[in-house]
Amino acid sequence: MSTLLEVSGVTVSFDGFRAINNLSFQIGEPELRAVIGPNGAGKTTFMDIITGKTKPDEGRVIWGEKSVSLLDMSESAIARAGVGRKFQKPTVFEDQTVRENLAMALKNPRGPFDVLWYKKTAQGAEKIEEIAEEIGLTDELKRRAGDLSHGQKQWLEIGMLLAQDPRLLLIDEPAAGMTPAEREHTTDLIKRAAETCAVVVIEHDMEFVRRLGCKVTVLHEGAVLAEGSLDHVTQNQDVIDVYLGR
Amino acid sequence: MERSFIMRNPSVLWFLLALALFTLGVTILSEAFGVGTLSTSFIKTLGKTLCLCLIAVAMDVVWGYCGILSLGHFAFFGLGGYAIGMWLMYARTEEIVVNSLNEAAIPPTQQEIIDGIGTQIFGVVGSSEFPMIWAFSHSLGLQLLMVILVPGLLALVFGWLAFRSRVTGVYLSILTQAMTLALALYLFQNDSGLRGNNGLSGLQNIPGLDHLGQATISMWFFWASAIALGAGYVLFAWVTSGKMGSVIRGIRDDESRVRFLGYHVESYKLFVFTLTAVVAGIAGALYYPQAGIINPAEIAPIASIYLAVWVAIGGRGRLYGAVIGAAFVSLLSSWFTGGGAPSIPLGFYTIQWTDWWLVLLGVSFVAVTLFFPKGIGGLFDYLVRKDP
Repeated sequence: MSTLLEVSGVTVSFDGFRAINNLSFQIGEPELRAVIGPNGAGKTTFMDIITGKTKPDEGRVIWGEKSVSLLDMSESAIARAGVGRKFQKPTVFEDQTVRENLAMALKNPRGPFDVLWYKKTAQGAEKIEEIAEEIGLTDELKRRAGDLSHGQKQWLEIGMLLAQDPRLLLIDEPAAGMTPAEREHTTDLIKRAAETCAVVVIEHDMEFVRRLGCKVTVLHEGAVLAEGSLDHVTQNQDVIDVYLGR
Repeated sequence: MERSFIMRNPSVLWFLLALALFTLGVTILSEAFGVGTLSTSFIKTLGKTLCLCLIAVAMDVVWGYCGILSLGHFAFFGLGGYAIGMWLMYARTEEIVVNSLNEAAIPPTQQEIIDGIGTQIFGVVGSSEFPMIWAFSHSLGLQLLMVILVPGLLALVFGWLAFRSRVTGVYLSILTQAMTLALALYLFQNDSGLRGNNGLSGLQNIPGLDHLGQATISMWFFWASAIALGAGYVLFAWVTSGKMGSVIRGIRDDESRVRFLGYHVESYKLFVFTLTAVVAGIAGALYYPQAGIINPAEIAPIASIYLAVWVAIGGRGRLYGAVIGAAFVSLLSSWFTGGGAPSIPLGFYTIQWTDWWLVLLGVSFVAVTLFFPKGIGGLFDYLVRKDP
């Protein structure tokens, strides 16, 4: 397992408030990692930094074998390099069909003129079927994404990430608002994705994290408080203080 | 394996058919080529309306599909009009000057002719020198190129600056208003080189075609406008279909999602903004020879706001909606403001539509926004069940 992403010594302040404070983090490929932490711990800001939405004041974010810095790249260039991001709220294109949503995400040249002259291919259609199968939306391909249930939208968004052929998936609270059965399906999806690429799951729900059964990183006040197996971190006195002390 | 673009968008065929029938009908009823029921001035109104439909389609693509509420697209329309107007005015004045100097005892020199043209054109603003921007005005080909290049380059530079700074939503709308206002104010100045508030006039007289008469020329422009509308419609239907359409509607609905899918959103916006500006310029170049005159008031901010109102009333996000809205509202507007609508006496007060039309338009706009967000075009959804 080689290191895919290395975040070191990153600090971000918003109007004097330090959202991220000298944070360091590493993930290999393939690997599944859960990031937990109380509200305001900097989980979302952490994702914003990796995906290029927020530029840190200090620190480095190094990517891939060639060790390129993600800090100099635009959001879209980072996405093209292989970082897929799922937002907390399901964000799919509600006005378009499930198939159109997936087609837009397929890994293809992304320039305006490439897209203008784009022709559908048999491989593309096959890939869409494959992903639809994976996320359990085969029968919904022709439906408007806006007509899907909350859980289905979450899966569609995960499917869109998979269609991008990512190397790193950042998934923000995938299980929020899901029924137990939907959660189980989501857990399976994430675990399968983690067989081939690096997956970071941000989650509040300890039960869900336990089911993922992976290494856990605890964030607190913008820094890593503890790291290890879920049992290991939940017995850590600092973690107990942070979670229960509030 | 893919069905052709027209087959996937039957509404394009229906639109082209309707446009062809309309053109044929007008031709049959025209003075020049038919029975003469429609006056030449009405033909010109219809031709101008087709040009307004074309810019409305462009507006629908930039606003209804891509979500950029540009309130400055009439600036591009006006620039297209000015670009063609410069050639029309130069060539027309050259004819007059050459004819009048021919009667002189000594044949005129080239310089005398150019001086004569300059005095004729710029006399109203107290000058006789040709400004730099008239350098190509002697050449129809070059000025036609300007019809595309000037609006295109302005849109490219403006869009590049605005989109790369991530100016969106209402701030972008304000910025586009500022652009068109600044341009109008600049053109109002006498030393802008485009005759200040006099604008360019006599554009209905096409150089070298005097012998044809306005009845015939008006039909030529009517046909050209119809062809331009048809071609523009097909172009934009193609752009907004397929994957490109997916991406630009995605930008409208959730810009950052598209960005995190790896698309460079700014390039797409710039592409759409510039392409629609160029088409707006072409529409303007066809409109003003039919209107006969262009002056800076044409590109005042209100014109671009009307454009948005047409598209909203017609129905955003569907190209035929924009055509319906522009045709319906602009024709209705000229009927009301032209004194066509009868006044309504209320005893204590008489409603004069020339004064009250704007109130009616404003109320309709609010009503459509509140109660029929899909506009007039939305009525078609009741006729045709759209399968997903």
